[in-house]
Formats: sequence, C-alpha cells, structure tokens
Amino acid sequence: MNEIIFTVGLIVIQSVALLVALLIVTAFLLYADRKVWAAVQMRRGPNVVGPWGLLQSFADLLKFVFKEVIIPDGANKGVFIIAPLVTALLSLAAWAVIPLDEGWAIADLNVGILYLLAISSLGVYGVIMGGWASNSKYPFLSALRAAAQMVSYEVSIGFVIITVLLCVGSLNLTAIVKSQETGLATLIGLPWLAFLNWYWLPLLPMFIIFFVSALAETNRPPFDLGEAESELVAGFMVEYSSTPYLLFMLGEYIAIILMCAMTTILFLGGWLPPIDIWPLNLVPGVIWFLAKLCFVFFMFAMVKAIVPRYRYDQLMRLGWKVFLPISLFWVALTAGVLVTFGWLP
Amino acid sequence: MTVASLFFYLFSVVACAAAVMVISSRNPVHSVLFLILVFFNAAGLFILAGAEFLALILVVVYVGAVAVLFLFVVMMLDVDFTELRRGMLSYLPIGGAIGLILLVELILVLGTWNFSSEAGKIAEPIAPGGVTNTEALGLILYTKYFFYFQVAGLVLLVAMIGAIVLTLRHKAGVKRQNIADQVARNPATAIEVRQVKPGQGI
Repeated sequence: MNEIIFTVGLIVIQSVALLVALLIVTAFLLYADRKVWAAVQMRRGPNVVGPWGLLQSFADLLKFVFKEVIIPDGANKGVFIIAPLVTALLSLAAWAVIPLDEGWAIADLNVGILYLLAISSLGVYGVIMGGWASNSKYPFLSALRAAAQMVSYEVSIGFVIITVLLCVGSLNLTAIVKSQETGLATLIGLPWLAFLNWYWLPLLPMFIIFFVSALAETNRPPFDLGEAESELVAGFMVEYSSTPYLLFMLGEYIAIILMCAMTTILFLGGWLPPIDIWPLNLVPGVIWFLAKLCFVFFMFAMVKAIVPRYRYDQLMRLGWKVFLPISLFWVALTAGVLVTFGWLP
Repeated sequence: MTVASLFFYLFSVVACAAAVMVISSRNPVHSVLFLILVFFNAAGLFILAGAEFLALILVVVYVGAVAVLFLFVVMMLDVDFTELRRGMLSYLPIGGAIGLILLVELILVLGTWNFSSEAGKIAEPIAPGGVTNTEALGLILYTKYFFYFQVAGLVLLVAMIGAIVLTLRHKAGVKRQNIADQVARNPATAIEVRQVKPGQGI
C-alpha cells in the first residue's frame, strides 16, 4: 500500500513540476512570438511590463483572470463551459509522454507516438463544441471550417509518423530519439557530425510536410481559417471572454509547442547534441531539447509573420491533393528502400 | 480491491451511464458528445485489458474521425428530436414487450452456458516472448490473416470509390482554378505591352 502511495505521489509531483515549467515556458514563448512578429513588421512589440516587456504574458494572464465571464443568453451553457476546458486539458495531457531527456518522460508509453496522435486529433473537439455552443453564426461557420481542416491534415501527419516509425521500428518516443544516434553521419564515417544522423535529412520531404501540416493542425497562420479575423471576426472564440478565452489561447499555444516538441523528437534528434564533440556533449540533454524546440517555434513565428493567409479551397487542395499523395508515396518508397538494402530495424 | 479493478468499475459505470444518456438526452448534439464519452471509457477498458494499441486506435479512429463526422452531420441537419419522440408513448407497450422477450431469451441462453476451465487462460492478453502488443498484433495480422486484412482494405476502398462516384458532379459552366496553369504563367504570356498614341484608344 505504501508503495502505491509513493508511486502515485511521485507521479503527482512530477506532473505538477512539468505543468509549472510548461506554463512558464509558454508565457515566455508567447512573448517571443509577439517580439518576432514585431521585429518583422519593424515595430517594438510588448515593451512596457517589466524589463523589455518580459512580464507582458503574466500581465495578460492577470487581466484575463480578473475580468467577468460572460455567457451569451442563447448559449448551450454546459458545452460552452466545457469546450475551453477540453482544449486546455488535452493539450496539457499530451505532455505526459514527451521525453525531455533520456528517461525524463512522466509516462514512457510503448505506444507514445500513437498517444500523441490521438490527443492531437482530439483537439478539434474544443473548437467544434465552442463554435456550436456559442449559438452564433460566425463561431459555427468557423467550427465547421476548423474541424474539416484539422481532420484533413491529421491524415498526412499520420503518414509522416508512419514513415518515421518504419525507420525506427518502435512507437516509443525514447526509442525514436535513440535510433537517431546512428544514421547518415556514421554511414559516411564522420560520427561526430551528429546532426546528419537525424531524420530531417533522409526524410526531408516528410519533414517539410510535417512542419506545414503542424501549422494547419494547430490552426496557426497561414492556415488560421478557423479564426480568420478579416472574415469571421475571431472564429469560434467570438463569444468567449476572460478565463474561458484564456483557456482557449493557452490550449492553442501549448498545442503549438507540443507540435514543436514532436518535430524535435521525430526529425531533430530530441535531446541529442547536434555536434558530438567535447564541450557540446557535456551540455545536459534537456538544454538541447529546449534549444531545438525554440528553433522550431521561431520558424513557426516567422511563418506567421511572413506568409499571407490561405484561401479555404486552396488549403483543402494542399492537404488532400498534394500532401496526401506525396506522403503516401514516401511511405511506400521508404518501406521499399528499407527492405531492399536490409536496413529494416 | 486493487487499483486496476477500481478503475475497471469506474470506466464501466461511466460508460454505461453515458450510453444511457446517448439514447435519453433531448439534444442530439449532447447525444453525440455522450457517445464520445462512451468511446473514451471503452478505450480505458482496453488499456486495463492490456491492449494499449487497440485503445489508442479506438480513440484515433472513432473519437478523432468518426465521431467528428457524426457531430458535423448532427449539427448541420438540425433535426427536431422532440418531434420524433412524440409517438413514443403509444409504441412503448409493444416495444417494451419485445425488449422483455429478448432479455428473457438472453438470460435463458447465457444461464445455461458452461464456461470451460481453460476459458480464463485464453482471455489473458497474448504477448509471445516479451513482444509488445503492437508487434504481436502486426505479426499475426500481416502473416496469418494477411489475406483477410487485404480483402478488408479492398472492401473499404470500394466503399470509398462508391461514395465519391455518388457525390461527384461536373456542373457545366463552373469556372475551376487550375493551379498548374497559374503557376506556369510568366511575363511573356501574362502581360501584353502596347504603345498607345495620345488621343487614340486601343
């Protein structure tokens, strides 16, 4: 009995530590995001709260929490309240399986990547429920759009993950990172060039497709048709205010960071150092993981700053007519190459 | 009572209660949401049975895709279910009688059922030689049941093609965008430079 209490207590402590760290990282990444757009548009960005505006996200948090929650009269109250909770909860729950360093995952599932796929495919429910429960036409239109979009891009994300899994031979996230310890660099006899070992290079088209699909899956610009400000005001979030709105935003950002973490694990070698030489391989793995995550997030921010929004039919065309055939072809090609050269794990 | 059985009862009770709510809630959208809750708890039961791959596939396929489409259709259709329920009381006696007969039959059949002593062992999850769940499933699906697996895929393909054929319509006179044509344009084909003399039109 004592053992059970100890185990449960340990899991609770680990989870709380992870959540606190995650929320703090999210706050600063949100700030970084806004600073990047500001720099691209030659503005200053948030610069008032705290030194260089560093505490802006915390000020926003307080503002959201202290405002009044407004629930529209015709709204379906229960679903209206549950929707933002679902969004925030799901995106937080996914982090349980992410290995920040070797053995640092709270739950090292042997179907970890499938769990991530399942959780990210559930993210659509927050949007649909919120849009429907608001009982207003813009949120509803937005919910339909966002739902169709997220379901479409999940398909290509699934195929990209299958391609990586073919090379790894396991669904465990730790195993996926470990299999990137050897690869192209060891093949050409330069094992210290560790960044060539990672899957981004042999699976380059898949890396690009995953990156773009991740943008679409998280409703990020240029695919933010769910909340297109120019036509749908703010999409499914129109009727939301204060804390429920905060939960939507938080869930969305944590889902984005999750996608960055997934890109890091699948294609950028997780916690492995990019160049395996003396001072660099002493750095703790979690630092490398965070550095890679921040790099991918910077790319996300730059895409938002630079690329104009897609039209909806073009978005659907890209998902179904371009990404799906290419990723399907690459699954077959990868399997063929692995079998032909006997590289199957 | 172990932790596993505690979770078993939790998942089962929630699943049954949600299943009742699926058929009894007045709002069809609520029904679908309760259906999703049922799927979730079924996935939880799969995990307790040691079939984590099946559990997650259930979530990905049923909750992530099928239930989304259900929700989509139910939201768009705007069905008035109270209208459908109006005649319910008049059908209750005969419906109840049929239900009762089926229940009695089921009890009669299951009551005389003899479980062999080996049945308990068969129900244990099979993981030959320390192989994970996913690997075990893959090994059996792609070797022993390969033919059935392919046939199932073929049936789904035919169903998909059928759905596309039924809904595909080519309307005459609709302008379609040809992305390849647009991308292939260059200044030579897109721009025409003309010298316009003052006082004259083109």
